[in-house]
Amino acid sequence: MQRIYSLAALIAVWAVAAALIHSRLLPGPLTVGTVFLADTRSGELPYQMACTLARVAGSFAFAMVFGVIAGYAMGRLKTVDRYADAWLIVLINMPALVTIIFAYVWIGLNETAAILAVAINKLPNVIVVMREGARALDPELDEMAEAFRFSWPTRIRHVVVPQLAPYLAASSRSGLSIVWKIVLVVELIGRPNGVGFVLGSAFSLFDMARILSYAISFIVLMLLVESLLVQPLERRAIRWRRRPA
Amino acid sequence: MNDAQSAGDAAPLELRIDAKTYLSADGTPVEVVRGLRLRLEAGAFGALIGPSGCGKTTILRIAAGLDRDFRGESKTPGSGRLGMVFQEPRLLPWRTVEQNIRLAMPLHETPVDLTGLVETLGLGSHLARYPGELSLGLARRAAIARAFAVRPDFLLLDEPFVSLDEAVADRLRSELVALTSRAKVTTLFVTHDLAEAVQLADRLFFLSDRPTYVLFETSLPPPRGSRSKQTVASISDEMRARTAQARAEAQGK
Repeated sequence: MQRIYSLAALIAVWAVAAALIHSRLLPGPLTVGTVFLADTRSGELPYQMACTLARVAGSFAFAMVFGVIAGYAMGRLKTVDRYADAWLIVLINMPALVTIIFAYVWIGLNETAAILAVAINKLPNVIVVMREGARALDPELDEMAEAFRFSWPTRIRHVVVPQLAPYLAASSRSGLSIVWKIVLVVELIGRPNGVGFVLGSAFSLFDMARILSYAISFIVLMLLVESLLVQPLERRAIRWRRRPA
Repeated sequence: MNDAQSAGDAAPLELRIDAKTYLSADGTPVEVVRGLRLRLEAGAFGALIGPSGCGKTTILRIAAGLDRDFRGESKTPGSGRLGMVFQEPRLLPWRTVEQNIRLAMPLHETPVDLTGLVETLGLGSHLARYPGELSLGLARRAAIARAFAVRPDFLLLDEPFVSLDEAVADRLRSELVALTSRAKVTTLFVTHDLAEAVQLADRLFFLSDRPTYVLFETSLPPPRGSRSKQTVASISDEMRARTAQARAEAQGK
């Protein structure tokens, strides 16, 4: 409930400020709403959002799969960690823009380059979090699994994954927000569609109402993904924690 | 993997640890076990008794095949089907009690009816609960149930009743006796509680201080598990005297 009040307050402040300044550069909620409705009706907004969402999903999945594998390997095997750590530091400090430029130059201005560029920006973050998770795995449960001759699939599913679940949740949380922000940059630089592309052309026309309506739409979409997908999954993963008796 | 040894069902447990050292936190090697020899007939219940910190858990981990970094040889009885009860219950907190028990059972086997085992251990009404919701005593029982659900021919228990109140520990001990006599299983039980060992075992191994070896060993006359308080007390006294003597001899050497 408090969340709704505070959001309403934010919109009210915005409306008052827009009315006071009365400038094309700060359109009020009504103007933005009108643009949103018009672009939704024409199908333009859903199409551009779908393009961006597909890229977000693609690079997010790529980064998570490879990040989890690499992070797990580095957390479990000291040798791998010793060799791969330097690479990880290079990767984590590589500016997003540099990765994007290189992806476009080497692979070309296409979808593969766009998704790969975003995924590589997200990857080190997943690796770092999952490495911590793998390091924190309980050796006593490992021993138990070995004593009872658990098969590998059983070990992964019932011993390892539940221990990594909080780390998976944390990295997908931060991951989604990072990924969608970088996807916009990628689209701005080298894609003919998507929210980033629209923002770019709106910027050159100083069309602030369009910029705000697209940005807000995507924020709302990400909020929905978070509360309808990430949070229920997380609750499911931690339902075993001691309930108040 | 242990096919060679499973040929005779009645293979004894044979453990020979010439030396076992590990590196302590500051990097100096610590010798835990030296020249330990142990043989336990198939189906027998052996107890390892020794002072705290003398490497009992290390010996158990080697017998379980969890630690291969030692000089010596370990021959386990039966087909290598191992049931193990650790000092802490070591249940998976994110699985219910029943899932914890079933997960340990070999995959290819048809689902077994657990009712009898679960009733014996008084776990009937707790199967759907998570380990975090159980008392330590109940969690210990769940761990014992898991070890038995495997239907092991080799059972290892590492001070499974420590830090339980005496009444609960006593009940669990008689349940353990019932379970081990029903299924013929070679059992190695670690404890520092002499009375407990005398009550449960038919063979006792007394361990020295570090580096550990077997000071002396002895067989107790059957029937195990049903020895009266006086019998347990008098055997314990005798054992205490013999241990003191063996220790004195060992020091005199």
